[in-house]
Amino acid sequence: MTYLSLERLSRQYGPNAGVFDLSLGLERGKILALLGPSGSGKTTTLRLLGGFEVPDAGHITVEGEDVTPLRPEHRRFGMVFQHYALFPHLDVGENVAFGLEARGVSPAETMRRVTEALALVDLAGFERRTVGGLSGGQQQRVALARALAPAPRVLLLDEPLSNLDPALRERTRRELRGLIRRVGITTVIVTHEQEDAFDLGDVVAVLRDGRLQQTGAPEALYRTPVNPFVGGFIGRSSWLTGAVVSVDGNGARIRVEQAEWPVAARPPVGVGEPVRVMLRPEAMRIVPFEAQGLRGTITDRRFTGASAHFLVSTEGGAVVEVSAPPESAAAGDRVSLVPRHDPADREFVLHCFPAEDR
Amino acid sequence: MSAGPKRWGALLLVALLLWLVAYPLLLVALESVHGPGGWTLEYLRRFVVESREWKALWASLWTSVASVVLAGMLGIPLAFLFQRFEFPGRRLLGALVALPVVLPPLVGVIAFLFLYGETGFVARLVQAVLRLEDPPWRLEGAYAILLVHAYSMYVYFYLFTRAGLASLDPAVDEAAASLGADRWRTLRRVTLPLLAPSLRGAALLTFMTALASFSAPYIFGGGFRVMTTQIVFTRLNGDYGMAMVQTMVLSLVALAGLWLTGEGRAATANGGGKGVAPAPRLIQSPGLRRAATVGGWGLALLLLLPHLTLVLLSFVKPGTWTVETLPPAYTTGNYLALAGDPERLRPLVNSLWMATLSTAAALAVAIFAGQVTVRRREPGAALVERLLAVPWLVPGTVFAVALATAFGVHAPWVGRIVLVGTIWILPLAYLIRNLPIASRAVLAGFRGLDPTLDDASASLGAGRWLTLRRVTLPLLRPAVAAGATLAFVTALGDFVTSIILYTYDTRPLSLEILASLRQGDVGVASAYGVLLMALAALVFALGGERRVLTR
Repeated sequence: MTYLSLERLSRQYGPNAGVFDLSLGLERGKILALLGPSGSGKTTTLRLLGGFEVPDAGHITVEGEDVTPLRPEHRRFGMVFQHYALFPHLDVGENVAFGLEARGVSPAETMRRVTEALALVDLAGFERRTVGGLSGGQQQRVALARALAPAPRVLLLDEPLSNLDPALRERTRRELRGLIRRVGITTVIVTHEQEDAFDLGDVVAVLRDGRLQQTGAPEALYRTPVNPFVGGFIGRSSWLTGAVVSVDGNGARIRVEQAEWPVAARPPVGVGEPVRVMLRPEAMRIVPFEAQGLRGTITDRRFTGASAHFLVSTEGGAVVEVSAPPESAAAGDRVSLVPRHDPADREFVLHCFPAEDR
Repeated sequence: MSAGPKRWGALLLVALLLWLVAYPLLLVALESVHGPGGWTLEYLRRFVVESREWKALWASLWTSVASVVLAGMLGIPLAFLFQRFEFPGRRLLGALVALPVVLPPLVGVIAFLFLYGETGFVARLVQAVLRLEDPPWRLEGAYAILLVHAYSMYVYFYLFTRAGLASLDPAVDEAAASLGADRWRTLRRVTLPLLAPSLRGAALLTFMTALASFSAPYIFGGGFRVMTTQIVFTRLNGDYGMAMVQTMVLSLVALAGLWLTGEGRAATANGGGKGVAPAPRLIQSPGLRRAATVGGWGLALLLLLPHLTLVLLSFVKPGTWTVETLPPAYTTGNYLALAGDPERLRPLVNSLWMATLSTAAALAVAIFAGQVTVRRREPGAALVERLLAVPWLVPGTVFAVALATAFGVHAPWVGRIVLVGTIWILPLAYLIRNLPIASRAVLAGFRGLDPTLDDASASLGAGRWLTLRRVTLPLLRPAVAAGATLAFVTALGDFVTSIILYTYDTRPLSLEILASLRQGDVGVASAYGVLLMALAALVFALGGERRVLTR
């Protein structure tokens, strides 16, 4: 059952700035990751959820209760801000106690819950520390404890990992995921990093120019992007131009340069018309130069361990990125690319989009 | 920012400020072309044909420009000395020579009078040494004014230049040296150009202060009139229409000066750069080091001598100091007289309550303005900020005349009520004069606040009042303290607006000083002056914000 839902939410700043007609639902205890480039409206969405922005239209409901008209202080949504927004004049304990005091919790109960919240984020005993003396990671955990202490209905996280250095990032992400699962709170996370979104989100919503592009589990977004933007934004991809040769039952044949490949889905355009073809790096195999397949030259080979990344310049002038066993080829080799999977096993190796679609 | 805040805040503030700040000035402009018999150009005509008026205007202009030059000649080298050279006592003296910026101008002026005036220490000393019949000089006229201006306004150049120097990246000097530039060349081609914004700011501030200066021309001017004194004397003669024209002309000159020196935004110390203060250059040669020590101490002593004089004189037994070089008898009687006589204690009480009230009110307006302009960015925010700055741009004399005009008539339907002659006119005048001081500090404080702290507070369930009380105000405390300190001290020592608007019952300290001076009561006048200095110092110590000195 949907716990948190956004219904046709709009907040406009400019022709392509803001959020437009956004509808999303999230089950209780699940994590929704809002993913998109900067300016895609993900932060606006989060601020609408928090009540810091007022929508021009649409509703936000929690457990069926419409919270749209509620000011932030009455919404009972906890938020962790990008730069944490810890109160510099209060110590760690006072920061965490702030929300409890604002809601009129008794001093004894406040003390108990502060201790509990700090223990939860592994900062037991930090009550009397000043926030200025904490590391970035510790500050974030204080911000989390502060947001969680009043037991909010929904937790909002604005770019929770963007201020951490790469070494700390992965560990923090893991801890964050564990913590949210333990608390079991319904959470919305804003991020521009696909890795963060995939790692943390049960559901990922991809936004662009304030409009929802696609929502689903990380795997679904990777395997079946609904448009070239989602396909290109999530995971690595190479783009080629092709044409539909024939259409049959539930598939079609697509010609790309000299190669002709079967696809297991009906293409979005008719026979003879051009299509844009997206290839994932692992979709292709490198074989010795032959008449069949997509022909080209290896221009770059980068060894990464179990596999290597190859850049292949095709005869038609496109560049294709292929991930393949390191021994597949050497730089300068002339090679052909063929699909790794048999189209018959219904893996989507090729994604076709109408040519004019960006 | 957030859900449906009422947008009347800015509107309310604009209305209030238009009424208190803009309206009185507008009335001055109107009354300069409006006499008892209706519209008239008579006052304007008389101003234009009177050579006396042109002389006063010219006097205001040239003394202001000369003050800038003199203050710069004194303040800039002093700043270099204290910022770039290390010598014993550098820190303490460096802070002390900045003190005059927080002292009421009138105190500086009378201190100067007692030191260098015709009956001051120096004159007596010269007279004794040379065995002269008469005092060797009279401290009067344009040169006396300029001397006082240079003496008190060097502080602006000193503070701005030091701040500018402190913000310079020392690597720039080193880069110049590595490119083969010697010290002079580096100074001329690198350091001074980089200091230009700071120097411009100091020059503007000095020009505006000199143009608005009243205490020095009033005490030392004699027959030499500048616009500020001219306005007051014209009013004393009952020629109100003419005073209106003079007032309008003076404010136009102030605005022109502001416009010529670049929009008035330059009046903040250059805070750019890296925040790495270059370590004072240790002087290697013992000779230079000795010279810097002697120079630093000598200059500091010279600059602080008038105030020390005042302290000494406050202990002089009344009527005992006649022809001697140094006063022969000392007593604490002057202070006891202040404390014991309710009539003499009255001005102190007056100044304290009026300064307190006006400061509190100015802070309230400033905090409200901060919420409205910086935080909520309501429509009209820019207008609010401009109106708040106006009382700083316009000389105090002008504002006093404007308030006397606006609130000397009972006409409630056009926003005029009689406040002149009541106890409320001075607190109101102080409030208006304090608005720019308080709001500059408080708005800067608001700008330094992270707005997401408000959001964080709201998301934790705190309403607007709780957020203001628990988050905003505690974080603003340094800024509010800085604004309050400056505002309070300014109101406490105000002379220029008080002399036009005071009543006997609300006479402030400054006017009592003047009265004592007129009665030849040097000891009491000095005691009042010392009291003012001590109060100012105390308030600054309590405010605890040394950096307000650099604005």
